[in-house]
Amino acid sequence: MAEKIIMTALSPTMEEGLIIRWNKREGDTVSSGDVLCEVETDKASMEYESFQEGVLLKILLGEGEKCKVGRTIAVIGQDNEDISGLLNEVKSEEQNSGSPAAEAKKAQSRDEQDSEDHKIVGNKTSPENSQVSKIKASPLAKKLAKENFVDLKHIAGSGPNGRIVKRDIEEILASSKKAMKQKPLVVNSEDLKVPLSGTRKVIASRLAESKFSAPHFYLSLSINMKNVLEAREKLNSQRENKISLNAFLVKIAAQALSKHPFINSSWQGDSILMRGTIDIALAVEKEDGLITPVVRNCYQKGLVAIDKEFSELIQKARENKLSPEEYQNAGFTISNLGSYGIEDFTAIINPPGSAILAVGKIMKTPVVNEQDQIEVQAMMKVTLSCDHRVIDGALGARFLKDFKEMIENPISALY
Amino acid sequence: MSVITYREALRQAIDEEMSRDERVFLLGEEVGQYNGAYKVSMGLLEKYGEERVKDTPITELGFTGLAVGAAMAGLRPICEWMTFNFGILALDQVVNNAAKMRHMSGGQFNVPMVIRGPNGPAEFLSSQHSQSLTAYFTHVPGLKVIAPATPYDAKGLLKSAIRDDNPVIFLEGELMYAWKGEVPDQEYTIPIGEADIKRKGRDVSIVTFSKPLKIVEEAAEELAKEGIDAEVVDLRSLKPLDEKSIYSSVAKTNRCVVVDESWPVNSFGSYVAWLVSKNCFDDLDAPVELVSSEDVPMPYNHSLELAVQPSVEKIMAAAKKVLYI
Repeated sequence: MAEKIIMTALSPTMEEGLIIRWNKREGDTVSSGDVLCEVETDKASMEYESFQEGVLLKILLGEGEKCKVGRTIAVIGQDNEDISGLLNEVKSEEQNSGSPAAEAKKAQSRDEQDSEDHKIVGNKTSPENSQVSKIKASPLAKKLAKENFVDLKHIAGSGPNGRIVKRDIEEILASSKKAMKQKPLVVNSEDLKVPLSGTRKVIASRLAESKFSAPHFYLSLSINMKNVLEAREKLNSQRENKISLNAFLVKIAAQALSKHPFINSSWQGDSILMRGTIDIALAVEKEDGLITPVVRNCYQKGLVAIDKEFSELIQKARENKLSPEEYQNAGFTISNLGSYGIEDFTAIINPPGSAILAVGKIMKTPVVNEQDQIEVQAMMKVTLSCDHRVIDGALGARFLKDFKEMIENPISALY
Repeated sequence: MSVITYREALRQAIDEEMSRDERVFLLGEEVGQYNGAYKVSMGLLEKYGEERVKDTPITELGFTGLAVGAAMAGLRPICEWMTFNFGILALDQVVNNAAKMRHMSGGQFNVPMVIRGPNGPAEFLSSQHSQSLTAYFTHVPGLKVIAPATPYDAKGLLKSAIRDDNPVIFLEGELMYAWKGEVPDQEYTIPIGEADIKRKGRDVSIVTFSKPLKIVEEAAEELAKEGIDAEVVDLRSLKPLDEKSIYSSVAKTNRCVVVDESWPVNSFGSYVAWLVSKNCFDDLDAPVELVSSEDVPMPYNHSLELAVQPSVEKIMAAAKKVLYI
């Protein structure tokens, strides 16, 4: 009996998927666990493993096409099975929901009529409503777009019949790089409209949701870094791979979180989820935005393991190769802008966590000691952003105080 | 290095190989007393005598078959077809005997022979004597096919062809015999199956062989004046084909124009264009263009004769098309 293959949500935030490539063709036998196709989701490209078995009878969503989660993308069944009934069913489903494919077809035929010498001058972005499901692009342009996470549907091709070609992708990449570097605009230069990358869209929606729904409050203090820096130096002098300061911050945060489980929890609307593991994310900059690779079970792991995992994850993040389980669902996040010279700042909570620690630069600072003398110490300012629905002021303060003490006296992390 | 003609390069290759190996002999129409219709065999009858430079009757099927038999019996014939237009008469011997004998005898017989002569359009020769028949031969398994475009390549490859144990079809061109180029004074050979990048470039790969190389190089010069940096890939050997050189060029330029003076349908150029489309798919930024002769018999009227063949202008237009200019 033939069945539909549905576009499933391959990541928790995925709303629609774009078929990058079909790994199976019509007529191929599919076993459970076989990779059917590669799907571009909002953040990464994912392999769609089949949980159905049989012969792939019909592919309904072609390469380069996309659809919403829940839509039928193919039909699977037995060889030579009559699937006309099932196809009619799919068709009527699509018609009922105002199929984007059908609309796109209309748009496309319009396009084809007047596109013989159709060239879009100037601004390379096409209006949202002229989306076509079948995007014309050269194979090379498609490859470049995939490698650079450029969404072809936002690009007006400069080739014949609107074909997207290499130079269009290069222009987009150059313009988004330009925008990213925030070069000062020359007087009288044109405005530049930068299309949203998948990453940008996710950052925008998730952080807006966090900031607007979670009532944030902020706790700041300065931490004396002398002991932890000495400990790090001592450790690194015996090692070839130097352990980063961030690994220390993550490890000590994990120790502090173990004493304050409410900091490591998630607001669930009608309840609060106290998390069973301590999974800490580190905010990392990549070319088209920000991503938060996560090390799981930080409480159980040592410094070296944490450092190694982070450096691998950061490498992957920069190559756009993180899978969702590597960057989603952290209980706590650390964002360190110290290397940019930032002294202190406030961060927006990274859901589903309830707190994020913003770490500033380590600065030599005059400090008044217990004998009322002024001495120069390496100080670091941190600011904890808390979701007040979960964490009250005193709770956050107790956590931060413990964190500070553990850093100032690393041995106390063992208490 | 000496500067010599394509004709002289061929003569030197035949001469050197005949003196190197006494099994090598030349046969064909007017190759002896008349020194060859295009004077390629100039002086060879005098030097090697009638035993080794054989004038044949006007019977292409007959003397080509004779060469196949001689090759099977242990000699190494060089069979000159006055032109490949006449060679069509000998196709049965080429397709069914020369190409298949080794296969059908289970390796008992090699057919170490070279069939050479002018192929391709010339000038003022109208329909029957002005045509590229390359695909007739590249189509047949069991044949090697070589189409060099410079004196250097012609000499080095003809020597390799004569030494090869397989039947080799060696394509020349009437208009190419007077072309000049540098050739080393010392002996050399060029391996069969290696393309040559005649000009390095990064914007577009122009793949060609035989006589069109000249107009391709001219087109590349003209394109350079417009700031387009074309790479010229001269295949030299068609079978076996140096696919790797083609693909690495296209991987670099992302664009490919194939130039073949044959008719377009089922031509060797269309085969190369298909290979590139298939094997360089993800590297291509534009569909592969083919510049060929028009699918018509060659007109006698000179303007029309030129109009139906590839030209510098057509090659430039194709290059610009794949560059979306």
